Amino acid sequence: MAKVPVQFTLNGSEKAEFIDSGTTLLNALRDKVGDTSPKGGCHQGTCGACSVIIDGELRLSCLTLAETCNGTAITTTSGLAEGGVLQPLQRAFLDTFATQCGFCTPGMIMAAKVLLDHTPNPSRDEVVEALSGNICRCTGYEPIIQAVLTAARANSQNAA
Amino acid sequence: MALALQTFATVKDANAALKAQGTRYLGGGTLVVRAANEGDVSVSGLVRSTDPALSAIAVAGGKARIGASVTMAAIARHPGLAILAKAARAVGGPAIRNMATVGGNLFAPAPYGDFAVALLALDATVGTEDGETPIGTFLAGRDRSRAIVTSVSFTLPKTDGFRFLKVSRVKPKGVSVLSIAAVVEQAADGTVSSARIALGCMADRPLRAKAAEKALLGRTLDPDGIAAALTAATEGIAPITDPIASAWYRAEVLPVHLGRLLLS
Ligand SMILES: Cc1cc2nc3c(=O)[nH]c(=O)nc-3n(C[C@H](O)[C@H](O)[C@H](O)COP(=O)(O)OP(=O)(O)OC[C@H]3O[C@@H](n4cnc5c(N)ncnc54)[C@H](O)[C@@H]3O)c2cc1C
Ligand code: FES
Ligand code: FES
Repeated sequence: MAKVPVQFTLNGSEKAEFIDSGTTLLNALRDKVGDTSPKGGCHQGTCGACSVIIDGELRLSCLTLAETCNGTAITTTSGLAEGGVLQPLQRAFLDTFATQCGFCTPGMIMAAKVLLDHTPNPSRDEVVEALSGNICRCTGYEPIIQAVLTAARANSQNAA
Repeated sequence: MALALQTFATVKDANAALKAQGTRYLGGGTLVVRAANEGDVSVSGLVRSTDPALSAIAVAGGKARIGASVTMAAIARHPGLAILAKAARAVGGPAIRNMATVGGNLFAPAPYGDFAVALLALDATVGTEDGETPIGTFLAGRDRSRAIVTSVSFTLPKTDGFRFLKVSRVKPKGVSVLSIAAVVEQAADGTVSSARIALGCMADRPLRAKAAEKALLGRTLDPDGIAAALTAATEGIAPITDPIASAWYRAEVLPVHLGRLLLS
């Protein structure tokens, strides 16, 4: 089958690839671009492990065709740390034991990042709502909610 | 997986491409790409149109027109569509709402189609290149429909005239046990002058509760006034059975939830 070109910005750097038409963004990122931070949990839209941010909006990369992302700016969890220094949100996940097996973590962090980008001081209910499309089989969610609230406090202290 | 995608600037060209065997329109992809990921090989080609009119929302003169590619998230945050925000937010989690389109929701089989339930109660019309079709007619014939839906249009109800409820087991996001939308108008003396009630999960697609609507006319919205409508609500329903609930359970709880919605 003929390959189609796709071009987008991934975590600030330009990417261009030839892919099979109909390839999901998840497969394109993992198998072509080599960014394995989005995880394939269900490929059904149900688990949220594949969540990425496209032009500022949370999306499921398993249900998004890569070709439809031409010209967009994509953020994944692998793009957050700068020079090996974790962002406060990532740090908070470690500090509050919000990551156990870690499979859900990149998706959780994407969902939490979009929330904090728009709502720097979310309520607990807003955190629960923002993470409601992401499934975690390990933590029982409470540590994850605490991580996001902790990161929000850290951000607002830095801003003050 | 061989799923070739063709993108067209105009709806007309996309409609022409959709005539080919095995092709399907791509909205947000939350159902159609999911089916492909699951191994559904009945679809070999996807077609979409990037016509900006498909993503437009127009609210003016008490009427609303929503382009078929508009997402649930865009509806939920549009100030002119505040009345529908609850129904739009009822669909999926945050990421799904950023992808799920109005057009796709019209085709979503139960237990999905929560937003289409709201549109059915609003008596919306569904637009294609061939013109406008009443939503009831459209839903009844949707399995045979090949034309791209371009928009849905409806008259905005009065703020207190529109009611919506989705019942799910998992909060805040979960698949529907059932959903109900109602547009109820009352005369000056408080009696019901017109009622449209739409139900989700009570068939494979959204359904009007016509017997209940009739039983509400001339009655007041209190426990006695709505009793006949609640009895009539299960007339003609054929609820789905899925891992969320059995048909029996859905039929049992429908009058309870309809009662709560009408008295709220
Ligand atoms: C995890 C998950 C949770 C969900 N939760 C809910 C929920 O709570 N409530 C709910 O209602 N739905 C839910 N859905 C189902 C789905 O996301 C929505 O129904 C959504 O609105 C479908 O729209 P789409 O644009 O993604 O459709 P697509 O997958 O793009 O298309 C679905 C069907 O409609 C056709 N179609 C789409 N647009 C058009 C058009 N403009 N003209 C002609 N045909 C068209 C397609 O060809 C296809 O057959 C969920 C899905 C997932 C994966
Ligand atoms: S892999 Fe995309 S939601 Fe599970
Ligand atoms: S840490 Fe294992 S799934 Fe969340």
